Amino acid sequence: MAVVELEIPAHSAYLSLVRLVVDAAVGSLAPGLSQARLDDLKIAVTEACSNAIEAHETNWSEGPVVVRCTVGDDEVRVEVIDRGSGFDPDDVEALPAVTDPRRLRHESGLGIALMRTLADEVSFTPSPDGTRVSLVVHRPHSTLG
Amino acid sequence: MYLRTEVSEIEGWTVVTVHGEIDVATSPALRERLIGLVNDGSAQLVLDLEAVDFLDSTGLGTIVSILKRTRSHGGDLRLVCTEARIRRLFEITGLDSAVPLHASLDDAIGGG
Repeated sequence: MAVVELEIPAHSAYLSLVRLVVDAAVGSLAPGLSQARLDDLKIAVTEACSNAIEAHETNWSEGPVVVRCTVGDDEVRVEVIDRGSGFDPDDVEALPAVTDPRRLRHESGLGIALMRTLADEVSFTPSPDGTRVSLVVHRPHSTLG
Repeated sequence: MYLRTEVSEIEGWTVVTVHGEIDVATSPALRERLIGLVNDGSAQLVLDLEAVDFLDSTGLGTIVSILKRTRSHGGDLRLVCTEARIRRLFEITGLDSAVPLHASLDDAIGGG
């Protein structure tokens, strides 16, 4: 199991750096993962980091946002850990279904839906100290050996 | 963090070609640029996303916002996008039914 950890200041200017690191780390440590799944993961991680940065800004929280990539035999897990107010996705207002024309009234709120669709597993762990979002993409089983 | 836009006029449409990444960091500048165009009378907009390397939910939100703004000004917004990884986001969120994705600039300008 390999772990790559990145700490970034809570600022959106660092999102592209996060994508570069996730791309390089997962691309080299999990070579069997397709580029399409890696692209999905980068979008999901960007969404989680954007929420984390917003939580820091809203709460004037100091300290970095932590992005930890863990590559195991069966899965790639990226955790995004912030020191915001503790985010619970169940508290977010439910939006109309995407097939409902009223959905267009809402310009935000798509991030969690994207995370849940693009990752194989998503969990949100809020606490008084912040939130840990865990995004998992399953690795295809090797046909060798 | 990189975003660049080019603007041209073709057959009554204002074509905005976007290069780079559209995320939380770059969306505000893109939104401001597009709102400025609509407010200046360019409500018939084509957004060419062929050179976009990355798009997230904030970028989708910006596109929804500009769609509504063009239509409220009596115009429309059309998108050019063939890249599967970008098209997929519109399909997942259902936005492809609200903003048609065209395969080329000619299609976008000529199509409905």
